[in-house]
Amino acid sequence: MKKRVPLLITFITGFIVIVSFFVPHRPFGALETETLIWYSIILGFTLLIGVDSLVRLHTRQIRRKKKGWWYSIVFFAGFFYCLTIGIISLIRTPNPFQPGTVFFYGYETILIPLQSTMFALLAFFVASASYRAFRARNLDATLLLITAVIVMIGRVPAGHKLWTRLPGIANWVFDVLQMGPMRGIMIGVALGAVAMSLRLILGIERTYLS
Amino acid sequence: MGFWQRLLQLDRKWIFLGIAIVVIIPLIKPLGLPIKPTKPVQDLFNYIDTLGPQSDAIFLVCDFDPSLMPELMPMIQSILRHCLTKGVPVILHGGLYPAYIGIAKMAIDEVAAEFPEKKSGEDYVFLGFIPGVTAVILAIGIDIASTFKTDYYGVPIDSLPMMYGIKNYSDISLVVDISGSSSPESWLMYGQERYSVNVGLGCTAVSAPSYYAFLQSGQFVGMMGGMKGAAEYEELLARKGYPAGKRPATTGMDSQSFAHLLIILLVILGNIGYFVVRRAERKAGMERRKR
Repeated sequence: MKKRVPLLITFITGFIVIVSFFVPHRPFGALETETLIWYSIILGFTLLIGVDSLVRLHTRQIRRKKKGWWYSIVFFAGFFYCLTIGIISLIRTPNPFQPGTVFFYGYETILIPLQSTMFALLAFFVASASYRAFRARNLDATLLLITAVIVMIGRVPAGHKLWTRLPGIANWVFDVLQMGPMRGIMIGVALGAVAMSLRLILGIERTYLS
Repeated sequence: MGFWQRLLQLDRKWIFLGIAIVVIIPLIKPLGLPIKPTKPVQDLFNYIDTLGPQSDAIFLVCDFDPSLMPELMPMIQSILRHCLTKGVPVILHGGLYPAYIGIAKMAIDEVAAEFPEKKSGEDYVFLGFIPGVTAVILAIGIDIASTFKTDYYGVPIDSLPMMYGIKNYSDISLVVDISGSSSPESWLMYGQERYSVNVGLGCTAVSAPSYYAFLQSGQFVGMMGGMKGAAEYEELLARKGYPAGKRPATTGMDSQSFAHLLIILLVILGNIGYFVVRRAERKAGMERRKR
């Protein structure tokens, strides 16, 4: 029973979604709308499960004093800060993202600078890593290195200044050279997704039940 | 220790300093390197440029978080400016995930301030976040008003003058997804394949290669890839005499140019050093063996 009910739910919902995608007429069209509402409701609960999982994990880290446990305290500080200012802003205005609310102030002055800084650091580490690791050790690495240099220089205005044909060559790399492998990867991923979906719907793949 | 060996063991702090210098100086004093628009950006621009006040609306989606603002914010603002200049009705959606709504709010606030005569609900509509991701994309195809109920400001969608003739994708000429995730594929799968709506794209430079296949097949109307794509769109706006704002992407491209040049220089130096040192080590090894 514990396994049959979830398998049955998966089969029925999967079947409805597939059929309604190809047959948007009654009764499947209306069923699809209903499924979408259910999906939105369930998604709301999955957010709660996510919060619950995070809180449990970090509580365990602190209780067992695991390595880096004080990062978990930072997590709780951030979590309760967001929760508190979110609720306060929600009580004061209908939308916490309204400029002037405490929540938006936190979003603008904490989240945006933190995320921007994290992403900006990439430029420094990419430069350092390229210098140390990008070596023409063999033919494959040499081809990769030459292509990367052409694309890097051809995709910026300085490339056009250096040689007017460079942007055209960089575009050719994008339009022709990389397209074949990329298409192959995408088709492979899509076929894999279809196979996995069918396995789930038909109850062959059951690892999600454990 | 020889020169090349010392160079290979260069402290990374010097590399960081070099990058900081080449990024900061062009930002303070822009050089104005020429921007040449490419076909994917030109196609997207042309598509929107043919529209007018009587056309179907543009559905502009803000699907990125603050970390991607330098690359993607100029795109969303350029399209908003383009639409408001041409009088094309534009629906700005605050994204498929909750963290994106603040970015969309910042974008619309800044651009709307440049067009004081344009009114929310009449010339543009700002929709907030609702959970569902792909379910939202599908639900818009059924009915926008019943999906979102109200706009971001809490005004019922049915009461907004701009939305009188707009029910679902059949009243939308183009969806433009400005995205830092894989959401453009969802818009293709659920928006275009199911409801035949046209889709345009703005994405990060890193994710652009994976969308060229869709671009070549004609599934995307056009594409802006990375800061370069945003700068090209700004350039096209300026060429037409439309307002282009402060052109942050164009300024950023100067920094990016020099950062790329420095990285290439470092890679070349690193490789020369690698081969010189390797040759010297081999030579020393052979001499040792001879002895």
